[in-house]
Amino acid sequence: MKILQANNFDLLLNILKENEYEIIGPTIQNGAIVYDKIESSRDFPIGYTDKQTPATYRIEKSNNDAFFHFVVGPQSWKRYLYPPVQKLFTAFLNGNAIKFEKEEFLPIKYAFIGVRSCEIQAIEIQDKVFFGGEFQNNRYKTLRKNSLIIAVNCSKAESNCFCTSMESGPEVKSGYDLVLTEIIYDKEHYFLINSGSQKGDEILSQMNLLEADENALKLGKDVIEKTKSQITKHLNISNLKELLLKNIESSIWEDVAKRCLSCGNCTMVCPTCFCMTVEDYTDLQKTKAERIQKWDSCFTLEYSYIHGGSVRVSVGSRYRQWLTHKLASWHEQFGTSGCVGCGRCITWCPVGIDITEEASKIRKISEYQNISLEEN
Amino acid sequence: MDVMIPTTYKVQKFFKETHDTFTIELKSIENKNGFSFEPGQFNMIYIFGVGEIPISISGDPNKHGVLVHTTRAVGTVTREMAKLKKDGIVGIRGPFGKPWPIKEAVGNDILLIAGGIGLAPLRPVIYHVLSHREYYGKIILLYGARTPQDILYRKELERLKSRLDIDIIVTVDRAVKNWTGNVGVVTTLIPRAPFDPINTTAMICGPEIMMRYTIVELLKRGLAKENIFVSMERNMKCGVGFCGHCQYGTEFICKDGPVFSYKEIEHLFGKREI
Ligand SMILES: Cc1cc2nc3c(=O)[nH]c(=O)nc-3n(C[C@H](O)[C@H](O)[C@H](O)COP(=O)(O)OP(=O)(O)OC[C@H]3O[C@@H](n4cnc5c(N)ncnc54)[C@H](O)[C@@H]3O)c2cc1C
Ligand code: SF4
Ligand code: SF4
Ligand code: FES
Repeated sequence: MKILQANNFDLLLNILKENEYEIIGPTIQNGAIVYDKIESSRDFPIGYTDKQTPATYRIEKSNNDAFFHFVVGPQSWKRYLYPPVQKLFTAFLNGNAIKFEKEEFLPIKYAFIGVRSCEIQAIEIQDKVFFGGEFQNNRYKTLRKNSLIIAVNCSKAESNCFCTSMESGPEVKSGYDLVLTEIIYDKEHYFLINSGSQKGDEILSQMNLLEADENALKLGKDVIEKTKSQITKHLNISNLKELLLKNIESSIWEDVAKRCLSCGNCTMVCPTCFCMTVEDYTDLQKTKAERIQKWDSCFTLEYSYIHGGSVRVSVGSRYRQWLTHKLASWHEQFGTSGCVGCGRCITWCPVGIDITEEASKIRKISEYQNISLEEN
Repeated sequence: MDVMIPTTYKVQKFFKETHDTFTIELKSIENKNGFSFEPGQFNMIYIFGVGEIPISISGDPNKHGVLVHTTRAVGTVTREMAKLKKDGIVGIRGPFGKPWPIKEAVGNDILLIAGGIGLAPLRPVIYHVLSHREYYGKIILLYGARTPQDILYRKELERLKSRLDIDIIVTVDRAVKNWTGNVGVVTTLIPRAPFDPINTTAMICGPEIMMRYTIVELLKRGLAKENIFVSMERNMKCGVGFCGHCQYGTEFICKDGPVFSYKEIEHLFGKREI
């Protein structure tokens, strides 16, 4: 474990640049903290923090000059590894022949800086979706393999965070190349920095930093403990998969449908949602056609359209698809939960529907039914 | 090779089966080795600038030189496909999906039950079992079409009917003059169909509601759930597990199906809006 002084942070950024990384990290844009290009440490939301409750997000001045004193915003790293709009190919029609030209992509080396523990877990979940099986998404895989993950231990939690329940945080334990812990103590402001991979070692070895002393290590531990203690939202995941799959015909789906606007916000902000659709465009001469892939959401009617009508017409059935996919089907499909407890879907739901509450309603009803069965 | 990029195929033959259904025979332009598939698998067919849709392969799995698809024109892409002519070009990705259980069914009676266009995905099974006749018991095809004019592969069925080693029973929902055959939905044929329920593998393809009632009848006859197979249909945008659209409960129909045993999906089958 080494120490990187806050006023020396650009050393790290410069070394990343020398190593041909494109640096992406948190910045403030339109009143939210989003991931974008970072030139210098001044681009970080220094001195700002966020406040999140169901259906509410706002950023405000904090009482210190921390770089990373906030949690996750409306977007996630999937925007870079799996862009919202991608061209798949261009087809050229020439007489009676079609030529398919695959859309090439730049094999950018991204350095993601400020990645949270839950977000690492989300990226690892998408790895399973895009290259864990028989078929591979080459673009995702290349960008992912090229990327450098510079994680940060969260120095606070917000009321929608439930990473402890999903075993995804707040402490960064694996899946990182470098990990930072931000420490502001007395008049000192520095980062503990540690490497978790060979790529991380290489960057660290170019920096010439001092070892962290006992005191700094202890302060680092305190940061994580404090954050843990701030987590108030919980989801009991024991048997949850079985419970949900058993209750696909429960009345709670109709109940949530009364509130759900089926806007699809939850799927857009979710760091693990991967669904996409395709669109075809032709030029006026009809000699050139493009096929575009776009993020899609299981909340749209078109999503489940088959000739004659959509399969999931009721809002309740679409909410059920979403929730049971995240917390149940995902386990069967990819051997992991599809939810990492980042809380984005709760914050960005316009009516504040809370995945943890809806899931616990199912548990409560089931348990009640079991008890009343026993009583009879 | 990128799984999302089609390869080009040329139309060798185009023929109308019925007023709304047509068959195309395709040949690969790039690949001289032809096309191999297993009965029950499907391709994603791309029509220039219009779209891409899943269509089952309906040809003979032993003939690698030609790729056959039978399609009913129902909407944007299929209607555009219906305009294809000889030498027309389509893009193909595939074959995708899990096949009918033709290997597991060896030694059993084979009961094929099709409704409408559902006969297309089962035709490769007919070709296969007839060319490996000694490995199977009785072979029975129960086929329901809306009207006599809607009967698919009519000449071929008539030719097959003259064989002694396959039973083919066709029924229509609505009869017209000159129709002397069965009238009624395909499920009405099941109680009298000549198979041994203990050693029968049933393969069903048709509208979901037809498959549902068919299963009810088969269970009544004593068929085991694990010997009943259906081919499921959902919206598909990729065929390879990336787009999410084909999800059916915990399953991806494109890669875990489209063929499932009833036992696998019993907990989902017939439930609303899954
Ligand atoms: C595994 C599988 C095998 C199939 N095999 C055959 C076959 O052999 N012959 C045949 O005629 N049809 C088959 N179908 C159905 C065929 O895919 C649809 O009829 C076709 O997609 C309709 O497209 P469209 O653009 O003409 O219709 P529209 O009604 O204009 O549909 C718009 C879009 O919705 C989607 N869509 C509509 N209906 C379906 C559907 N039933 N299944 C999946 N997506 C749909 C497609 O993306 C389509 O482009 C199969 C479907 C599946 C899932
Ligand atoms: S089905 Fe819905 S919940 Fe599942 S990945 Fe797709 S958009 Fe997300
Ligand atoms: S479902 Fe909600 S809490 Fe879970 S990972 Fe997605 S956005 Fe985060
Ligand atoms: S068709 Fe895209 S996931 Fe199955």
